[in-house]
Amino acid sequence: MSKANETEVGGARVKRGMAEMLKGGVIMDVVNVEQAKIAEDAGAVAVMALERVPADIRAQGGVSRMSDPDMIEKIQAAVSIPVMAKVRIGHFAEAQILQTLNVDYIDESEVLTPADYEHHINKWNFTIPFVCGATNLGEALRRISEGAAMIRSKGEAGTGDVSNATTHMRKIGGEIRRLTSMREDELYVAAKELQAPYALVKEVAETGKLPVVLFTAGGIATPADAAMMMQLGADGVFIGSGIFKSGDAAKRAAACVKATTYFTDPKIVADASRGLGEAMVGINVADIPVPHRLAERGW
Amino acid sequence: MKVGVLALQGDFREHLSALGECGVTGKLVKTPSEVSEVDALIIPGGESTTISKLAKSFGLFDLISKRIADGMPTYGSCAGMILVAKSILDPASGQETFGGIDMQVRRNAFGRQTESFEVDLAFAGISGAPIRSIFIRAPWVESCGSGVDVLGSLEVDGKSHPVAVAQGRVLATAFHPELTGDNRVHRYFLEEVCNK
Repeated sequence: MSKANETEVGGARVKRGMAEMLKGGVIMDVVNVEQAKIAEDAGAVAVMALERVPADIRAQGGVSRMSDPDMIEKIQAAVSIPVMAKVRIGHFAEAQILQTLNVDYIDESEVLTPADYEHHINKWNFTIPFVCGATNLGEALRRISEGAAMIRSKGEAGTGDVSNATTHMRKIGGEIRRLTSMREDELYVAAKELQAPYALVKEVAETGKLPVVLFTAGGIATPADAAMMMQLGADGVFIGSGIFKSGDAAKRAAACVKATTYFTDPKIVADASRGLGEAMVGINVADIPVPHRLAERGW
Repeated sequence: MKVGVLALQGDFREHLSALGECGVTGKLVKTPSEVSEVDALIIPGGESTTISKLAKSFGLFDLISKRIADGMPTYGSCAGMILVAKSILDPASGQETFGGIDMQVRRNAFGRQTESFEVDLAFAGISGAPIRSIFIRAPWVESCGSGVDVLGSLEVDGKSHPVAVAQGRVLATAFHPELTGDNRVHRYFLEEVCNK
């Protein structure tokens, strides 16, 4: 019989494998125990514990940081699904704290105020897996080379405007498809242009997909948004402000879960879209001045 | 034989690939008519609460339970193991299982994600090198009836916990062979369990 003390923890397969288990699911932002339970009951595959959803961060302004450990632990105690939490870009000490709290995934997130305008966290140094945002393939591969075990397209968080999520998913998908059609000797220049490591570029060209799971995020507010993102190639969906900034959160949460699973069946998505009450009001991304766009953070 | 992979949520595509490497063209299933058409079923890794809620919402829950009870060969990995258990020690509110194996499982038994691990596991009935097994927030079998064959166990703090079990035509593993490229567990399911 094998002993559990002969085990290897924190390897790439274990970290990336965790994200594989989330595929086809919805990860929901929650700010308290009550919301976490609503998310779990609605069929969320994980919750993101944070003090303010992106829409409130945007409205209230100021510096946004990692959540209070007490708040994260209360949510961990309340639900059995995985609990994720966010750290500021580059803030490795916040990440060390979250690792001691045993959260299941860390999101090194542009939604919080960056702590380092040059470097991201060296995520290989942690046993806990990280998800990072990306607006294009090069950014995704740079994060993976730093140890990210999961990528989410950034979109524009806290807006309820899905257009940037669409742009980023199409961009990442398009750049992957372009690599798969290249001659081997063209991949060297592609790596230079993408500003990404050649080995990862070659791997993507050969497999036609990222080496890690790709979720989408930022502006998803309806079952139809979720279904569209899944059809554009997302492995799953993060919904931040879209659920708990809407009229009937429990119903909308369950509806988005159904639409994410049955994204190819418009009849089911239509049924899920009925009678959900008011959607989050939202902001058009075009109305947000560029310096205030969260997707611009990260490099 | 048509082998379905339950595609409500989780790593169902990895199971489909593993079947393909064993020479079997599997089919992703997520509607009652699709589930009715297959001869055997794989329940993938994922979130067991999510999968069971979706199964209930879309009329799959009683259907799958009945088909397993009627002898449909079934294999569940991780979340799938939880779903083929007779009962859960620590269920989420309202969480039920399809049943199939006379056992009680403990969810997230090894701990949270930072405790997830790989290990070499001896698997009764599969010869050759031990199976490199990936456990991700995995369950274990807390207790099982005398009719259950324990195929693999892990020792934690001096106590042995079954992590691979079979009863009749139902197989369950707490780990994820679909993530490793080693298809011996899938072959075992197709060649041994399905032909019982």
